[in-house]
Amino acid sequence: MNGTRATTLSPESIRITTDAWTEPYWEAAKEERLVTPRCSECGAFRFPPTPFCPECRSQEIDWVELGNGTVFSYSVVRGLPGQRDLLLVPVVVAFADAPGVHVVSNLVDVDPDDVHIEMPVTVAFVEIADGWKLPVFRSPEPG
Amino acid sequence: MAQGEAATSPSGDVAIVGIGATPYYARGDSYPQTTLELAGKAILAACEDAGISVTQIDGFAYYSGAGAGYGETFDTATFMETLGIPEVTFSAALTSGGGGSAGSIGLARAAILAGDATFVVTVMALQQHKQRLGTIFGAAALSPQNSFLMPSGLVGPGHLMSVLARRHMHLYGTRREAFAEIAISTRENARNRPKAQQREPLTLDDYFNARMIAEPLCLFDFCLETDGAVAVITTDVDRARDLRHPPVKVIAAAHGGRREWGRAFAWYGMPDPHFAASGHAPVAEHLYRKAGVGPADIDVALIYDHFAPMVLMQLEDYGFCAKGEGGPFVESGAIRYEGGTIPVNTHGGQLSEAYIIGMTQVMEAVEQIRGVATNQVPGAELALATGGPATLPVSGLIVGPDR
Repeated sequence: MNGTRATTLSPESIRITTDAWTEPYWEAAKEERLVTPRCSECGAFRFPPTPFCPECRSQEIDWVELGNGTVFSYSVVRGLPGQRDLLLVPVVVAFADAPGVHVVSNLVDVDPDDVHIEMPVTVAFVEIADGWKLPVFRSPEPG
Repeated sequence: MAQGEAATSPSGDVAIVGIGATPYYARGDSYPQTTLELAGKAILAACEDAGISVTQIDGFAYYSGAGAGYGETFDTATFMETLGIPEVTFSAALTSGGGGSAGSIGLARAAILAGDATFVVTVMALQQHKQRLGTIFGAAALSPQNSFLMPSGLVGPGHLMSVLARRHMHLYGTRREAFAEIAISTRENARNRPKAQQREPLTLDDYFNARMIAEPLCLFDFCLETDGAVAVITTDVDRARDLRHPPVKVIAAAHGGRREWGRAFAWYGMPDPHFAASGHAPVAEHLYRKAGVGPADIDVALIYDHFAPMVLMQLEDYGFCAKGEGGPFVESGAIRYEGGTIPVNTHGGQLSEAYIIGMTQVMEAVEQIRGVATNQVPGAELALATGGPATLPVSGLIVGPDR
């Protein structure tokens, strides 16, 4: 399996939908910014975006851009029904500067054997269906 | 083996009196029977087992939102129409999914104690002719919430839970050998079960040579894909004493969970130590307190085994070993029917017998307390059954003899 690079589901097949609270996240992604809501009142982070701060019930939020993250956990999926050759590294990414935020996406352009928990990752963007962009993650070191 | 005070628990006032099941089929093989037909057969079998007429049923207590394998839903009115049930005075379901299997008996208990119903049926049926449960999330309708999950390609529950298993291995040094031991010991228990879908011996070599589906999980970490149905009938203890079998008392039932677990692997926002866990720890605490017992009093544990690592994490959350020590605990042979300290899934579980979204665990708990299980734990007085680690509520049930 060495030398095989992880990817995403076929980008044109990836669809998302939004509501009033999640749309700013996806609009920011279109501009290639990964953002998360932070409560304007108490400063607590939450993810994904929801209508209330679970700590203080405020509805006021600031959108904060997330920096580099680390791998919190991951899976390696070699093939799905009907897509035998697909290689995915689904990943949960944590952020030191946004406690509690876990973003779920794919680690791309890596050899699964090189992936480990706590490995630093940086965000990248993949164009998906309907003109949206999906935040994905890659290793900051040239692979 | 168990403590006497459990039987005098004030909550032990309803009993399971009937259990029934269809044969277990490989995925899709029950076709052209319908889901309704499978469920109806299980309900009729449970009535026969209890020694009541189906016309005496007046309550329905479902879980999984009355969903049959998430793809279809149950409808009480349809059961009444097809089985000729004249009147229903209670019809309700626990929310969310398979987490509520054991807890649905608590819902039945609530109905009976409130005087809302006398004979309450809990039923689950699965027919995967149209949609496999294994890729159900990949086929789910798009929503703003799941748009944060589905693009990752984690298409099925096993894919989702592999991420939790990985974190457990990282934090506690848990080895795949532990997951293998769960699969192998469960298979051993299925070998003498005529109804079991998988009865051939499973070796460590088989396990490590198996196809990886979502690393670190391989084929044998995944439960079976089954078509079939199981029904359970609950009533008050006084009525129960006049029926065909000795009553199996509901010592305690609990469902719920904490926000830190929440939507679990549909969300992945759990902080440590909740991430590499089952969500059951608070439910276990309530369950033991209500029953007046602890893990050392449980004689047989029927642990929801959709995926082998989640058995390990439930064993921790139910206090059979300390948090993080599930790996060495399991590898020591502790959960074996032969020679173990806490026999687990003596019926062969969902990994080897059949997967009916937790109902085979409830059925085995009843058979153990009746003393008629295929792999009977001698003198079993307290049996634990759990619901599936998943989006809240998760649930647990303790049953014991009527004395």
